[in-house]
Amino acid sequence: MTDEIIKPENLVYKKPSLLNDETMHYCPGCSHGVVHKLIAETIEEMGLQEKAIGVSPVGCAVFAYRYIDIDWQEAAHGRAPALATACKRLWPDRLVFSYQGDGDFACIGTAESLHTLNRGEHITMIFVNNAIYGMTGGQMAPTTLVGMKTVTCPYGRDPRIHGYPLNITELAAHLEGTAYVTRQSVHSAAAIRRAKKAFRHAFENSMQGKGSNLIEIVGTCSSGWKMTPVKANQWMEEHMFDFYKIGDLKDK
Amino acid sequence: MNDEILLLKGNEAIAHAAIRCGCDGYFGYPITPQSEVLETLAALEPWKTTGMIVVQAESEVASINMLYGGGGTGKRVMTSSSSPGIALMQEGISYMAGAEIPGLIVNVQRGGPGLGTIQPSQSDYNQATRGGGNGDYEVIVLAPASVQEMADFVDLAFELAFKYRNPAMILSDGVIGQMMEKVVLPPIKPRRTNEEIARECPWASNGMGLKQRGVNVITSLELDPAKMEEKNHHLQQKYQAIRDHEVRFEAKQMDDAEWGIVAFGSAARISEKAIETAREQGIKAGLFRPITLWPFPIKEIGRLSHQLKGILVVEINAGQMVHDVRYSVEGRIPVTHYGRLGGIVPDPDEIVNALKQLQGLAK
Repeated sequence: MTDEIIKPENLVYKKPSLLNDETMHYCPGCSHGVVHKLIAETIEEMGLQEKAIGVSPVGCAVFAYRYIDIDWQEAAHGRAPALATACKRLWPDRLVFSYQGDGDFACIGTAESLHTLNRGEHITMIFVNNAIYGMTGGQMAPTTLVGMKTVTCPYGRDPRIHGYPLNITELAAHLEGTAYVTRQSVHSAAAIRRAKKAFRHAFENSMQGKGSNLIEIVGTCSSGWKMTPVKANQWMEEHMFDFYKIGDLKDK
Repeated sequence: MNDEILLLKGNEAIAHAAIRCGCDGYFGYPITPQSEVLETLAALEPWKTTGMIVVQAESEVASINMLYGGGGTGKRVMTSSSSPGIALMQEGISYMAGAEIPGLIVNVQRGGPGLGTIQPSQSDYNQATRGGGNGDYEVIVLAPASVQEMADFVDLAFELAFKYRNPAMILSDGVIGQMMEKVVLPPIKPRRTNEEIARECPWASNGMGLKQRGVNVITSLELDPAKMEEKNHHLQQKYQAIRDHEVRFEAKQMDDAEWGIVAFGSAARISEKAIETAREQGIKAGLFRPITLWPFPIKEIGRLSHQLKGILVVEINAGQMVHDVRYSVEGRIPVTHYGRLGGIVPDPDEIVNALKQLQGLAK
């Protein structure tokens, strides 16, 4: 019976071939794995394996280079956009993207992020925002919501002490150099389908030299948030989407 | 064919040499006294001729990380700055050393510490030769003493950087960067094609031939301590090979010398005049000029210490290279230091007086 069903013509879905079999180090419920899959799938569909250069960050996704079979560079904390700038300027026909978390992209690397976007480098910057420092153990991020508890704001983020969350994607949409700025999530099948379209659009823009592209993925960190994966997704929908609104912010 | 000769500032010579020696990209941020490097490149527009790109970055931090990224793809890339800017680059230089990425960093030194002064200095010797960033690593450091050497060392630095997959530095200073001299421009070398880069840099992360060679990852990270120790041993073996094969120096009037001056860069130029004056006064002095500050000519200076009665180390700093000279001499003869600080350059007579003091000490 099984043999009759498992035939190539009956295949409706498979793991992208660029996503290898290395065991991912991400926690259960983490958004990174889905984002990795979308990147691998899009590069494969566009036939760009030998043209892609990914730049991985410091943070939870530091080992992104282990999971997707393309050439990678592993940057210092916050500096991925600088590496990506050089790669794209020196190899203009390449698909160059950076992959960064909120601490990397919106805190220590803010100067590189905004200036790279504003120079209109023909690259895609993927910014996974889970409002917390996951790898170092759940500290406050630049994107931590007001009132949200982390180990460095254990009584909740208080703007009088900690300042306000930074909506850097809103800022990016105002920059002349950006072609496409969007905010997506990957917590449901419908959301994943929408996010996939965003990746395709941003990568096509990058290859066509239309300017810089920013995809923010609002994600969960069930370990850092101290919630089950299901609860984390619910919490994200109830709290994160109010401040970080899903959808395109700019499409030139 | 006639040599192409121009009257250039040291900083301008760097820019001309970069275009001529097949450099693929420059990334930099303005800072005195080296801004003419970026200004000259911008005026020469090499992207219209050789295809070399020039990017004014948002900071020195961005510049060095552009260098890391561009070097990681196998391209010949460079940056230039001056002391405080080079201080900002140290993290990136450490990453490049850890990931074994070639690239050229030019430091046209000014006085410090901190914002210091825009006047010339050699007070970044320790920063350059001890590795200002974290971890056990070395940077190949070349010290030019003329505008001609500013031009000549660009290609040499690139050759060494790629031979050993390691960052290389030209450690110049505000005197050499700003002064004008006649320069025979280095020969023109075309930029390598992408196919040549794929062949010569099979480690590079650029997508070329990935299906045949497998995935290339540029990283300095390794969490397995056993593997990380092995990686460090590999780096140390490479550094030893550089020490064994790449020491460069120049000796002048050393054959019959009883007293040695050891100096690099602009301090060596000034010391040449001091030696002339000293010899007129009957002091048999000679000059030893390390050209590679790392690797340092330890053996060569050690050998000289059997011939000389004493060594004066002249530096435009408070005494940095003097420690390497003392290490090389192993206590056989007295080693003293003479330097000026705060952006003041010593004049030859001061050096002759320091030499006389050394003579008194040695007696």
